[in-house]
Amino acid sequence: MDRRATFSNLWLAGALVAPQILLVVVFFYWPTLQALYWAFSTQPPFGGTNQWVGWQNFQQIFADAVYWNSVRVSIIFAILSTALSIGMALLLALMIDRQLAGHKAYRFVYFWPYAIAAPAVGLAFRFIFAPDAGFVSAINQLAPNLWNPALKGWDAMILIVIANSWKMMAYNFIFFLAALQSIPRGLIEAAAMDGSGVLRRARDIQIPLLAPTLFFLLVINVTESFVDSFGIVDITTGGGPARATDLMVFKIYSDGFKGLDYSMAAAQSIVLMLLVIGLTFVQFRYIEKRVHYA
Amino acid sequence: MRDAGLIERAPVLNAITHVLMIAGLLIAAFPIYVVFIASTHDLPTVNRVPMPLWPGDHLVQNYTTVWNKSDFGAKMINSLIVATGVTIGKITLAALTAFSIVFFRYRARMLIFWAIFITLMLPLEVRIVPTYAVAADVAEPLRWLVWLFGFELGIAPINLLNTYTGLILPLVATATGTFLYRQFFLTIPDTLVEAARMDGAGPLRFFREHLIPLSRNNMAALATIMFVYAWNQYLWPLLITTDARMATATMQLQKIVPGPLFGQPPVWNEAMAATLLVMVPPLLVVIFMQGAFVRGLVATDK
Amino acid sequence: MADIAIRNVEKSYSKTAVLHGINLEIIDGEFLVILGPSGCGKSTLLRMIAGLEGITRGEIAIGGRVVNALEPRERGCAMVFQNYALYPHMTVGENIGYALKVAGLPKVERERRVAEIAQIVGLEAFLARRPSELSGGQRQRVAMGRAMIREPKVFLFDEPLSNLDAKLRVQMRLEIRRLHQRLKATSVFVTHDQIEAMSLADRIVVMNQGRIEQAGPPRQLYAEPATRFVASFLGAPAMNLLPATIVAKDRARMADGTEIALDPGRFVVEIGQAVEIGIRPEDVMIVWPGSEGAHALEVEFTEDMGSSRLIHTRLGGMEFTVLQPTAQIEAQSTLHINLPENVIHLFDARTGSRLIRAGATIGTLASAAA
Repeated sequence: MDRRATFSNLWLAGALVAPQILLVVVFFYWPTLQALYWAFSTQPPFGGTNQWVGWQNFQQIFADAVYWNSVRVSIIFAILSTALSIGMALLLALMIDRQLAGHKAYRFVYFWPYAIAAPAVGLAFRFIFAPDAGFVSAINQLAPNLWNPALKGWDAMILIVIANSWKMMAYNFIFFLAALQSIPRGLIEAAAMDGSGVLRRARDIQIPLLAPTLFFLLVINVTESFVDSFGIVDITTGGGPARATDLMVFKIYSDGFKGLDYSMAAAQSIVLMLLVIGLTFVQFRYIEKRVHYA
Repeated sequence: MRDAGLIERAPVLNAITHVLMIAGLLIAAFPIYVVFIASTHDLPTVNRVPMPLWPGDHLVQNYTTVWNKSDFGAKMINSLIVATGVTIGKITLAALTAFSIVFFRYRARMLIFWAIFITLMLPLEVRIVPTYAVAADVAEPLRWLVWLFGFELGIAPINLLNTYTGLILPLVATATGTFLYRQFFLTIPDTLVEAARMDGAGPLRFFREHLIPLSRNNMAALATIMFVYAWNQYLWPLLITTDARMATATMQLQKIVPGPLFGQPPVWNEAMAATLLVMVPPLLVVIFMQGAFVRGLVATDK
Repeated sequence: MADIAIRNVEKSYSKTAVLHGINLEIIDGEFLVILGPSGCGKSTLLRMIAGLEGITRGEIAIGGRVVNALEPRERGCAMVFQNYALYPHMTVGENIGYALKVAGLPKVERERRVAEIAQIVGLEAFLARRPSELSGGQRQRVAMGRAMIREPKVFLFDEPLSNLDAKLRVQMRLEIRRLHQRLKATSVFVTHDQIEAMSLADRIVVMNQGRIEQAGPPRQLYAEPATRFVASFLGAPAMNLLPATIVAKDRARMADGTEIALDPGRFVVEIGQAVEIGIRPEDVMIVWPGSEGAHALEVEFTEDMGSSRLIHTRLGGMEFTVLQPTAQIEAQSTLHINLPENVIHLFDARTGSRLIRAGATIGTLASAAA
């Protein structure tokens, strides 16, 4: 990032970055350090300063079946909603990229879900999938409680997976379509001249060239499902029934703010943070990979 | 714009494509439609299984009830204030920071860039408890900082809970925005800087008269995605507002429906009316600023 | 057999027409170059032959078979694209062999053919590389190899040399020419570069604004341009064009009164007709001062082009250039020239078409000498 022509007023340079640096330190680094401190200490039951306890908090959460349940549930949620939203988005993007009549109108609507707030998405789907109202409950007329996310863990999981995938599908679609449209038209034409039809071109040319985008989206979707899922869970299932949708981020919130156990919440935060950092590093690798292709 | 000129006879595949595109349309639009329909019926009708698919005649009544019931109008205005504040804040900080690290030469600029960039790895959700603690007393980190240099400082606690500042400020730092602006500034040719300097423009003048006008597209793209992001914030407002007067519309959804799944069934028609109200502003942004929104999203793909 | 017949072909995008009724017969084995400025519709025409664009009206037949509704793969054409359009995720070998893979040829057979082609285009050593690891010229060869491997009846070239530097362009031109001599496949080559067109073509078609201006062998187009457009587009330095009015059967007068003598036997003109007089810079004769019909011109400046010298002057107030081998002419000096009547081209100022009496000859000094 070296340019030849620069300005030399360093006081001004400092003043320009100061506001953001201040915010970053106060609201990002300070809380992170504090989380670290809390994760390695406990607060005495009757107040007073925290006591350093080393790895004890971590040992405690890793020995806790409830914690492992939240890990398991988060992973299931991540895998299902990533697969569903990426699969749908890829299919739709490939269809839209064929540019048949009306594709612009469809494309326009496909963006919409990403604009909608997670809790609004959650509430809408909670209604559509409610056991006693909406639409899906119609199948309960076949047999009572055939579908009931309030009582059945898997039903609840399916509900939040669908709600989250609906929103992320729009996001993934935007990226897939942008990537498809950045494939030079000439490549598609050359492949057509070489004798390959629509499906063959998708398989041999388009999808291989989408690989970097696919990889990027995989990472982003998994990260988002770990982090951004709070709004949907909070308003649809509240982590239930019987902790069947008690995602890691939701558990941190409920342990911290409902249970008021800051140390446990902090220790869990650190674990989740390491996961996110790990995923972000994987994503950086993707940048290097992509530069290679283009 | 591409022209789909390629001659292709694939009637079956074309039919399948159309079917899939229509299916996609239903998937994307149907939930929004259902929310709208549900918000136009009275409670018994909404609770029929399956629900009717045509609008009822309780639209005005439902929206009036929701609007007045929990002072929803005021919550919408709060949301608007917060979303606008966050958007303006992010754009301003991003532009200023990027300007400094691209157009000035000093050793710490890479360090500063990375310090901001790394915050991508620290989403609010994972540092939520301590961030709440900071918001409860912003002076605390400052006190520590001063203490490190051997002073004691008696700053009174500064509490941001239940304030607009508290709702906005912690969301304003922006790694993606800074990155986007930096990328854009790097495309400005050196010759432009030199020409401006030959004309006697100082850094601030150059920023105001050249960079700001040039970055208009960039700004629109960033503004759309940031507005949508800020409007849709849920967890943060939920935490730091206990005073109902400071609540935002998005977090208000939680108050409108009683506890998830258990307890008495929600008043669905009113809940859906509130949901639609929350959906509409960001949706309008996406609909009217489609181009800028897509550009913004794709550009922030690091 | 792969002759191509283009009959009354039109193309429009929504409401804008880009091709207006093109008629063209391309003979089997011919190397045809379509030449024209950008936006004249030449690439569109090529892409319609390939099946990459639909035909709005009219028909195209390849080898006697109307192909309007056929997909690109059914037409037996291969194409070399302007920016090569190589598959970036495949190796050179995979790029060249892709058509055979799609066709379902067994791997062994495929590899044999790829090796064969690679040898012809000189890429044996690069088969395992990716396109991004190749130079411009090598990429160009991959694109050619990919087109050749299908043994097409027709080769289509869409400005394939425009991305290469000048030196490489000359070299690739020769290679394409050599390749054509060897394969004898019908070839259609689109370019905006007149030198490329002149050196490659058996026949050139000059297009302008969606219409064919003239078709014929390069020599003929150069010597007997049918329109003002062809006259000005072919030849470097460009032909001088002087607006004038016919004042007598054997004379035209320019706006400032300068008179130019015409051979009344060669042109069909009417008194008072607005015309443009064309003369190539190399056809202008330098004469002694005081010679009959000589024009005295002030030399503005000269350009040394190595083997010759280009002299910039004005004639009748219009820019006028003269190309002379080695003559020592100084700027600001006076140049006496003559416009030989037999090398003058005459165009109608309104329609731009050539005004010539049936059977009359027109030629450059060079062709007259030959």
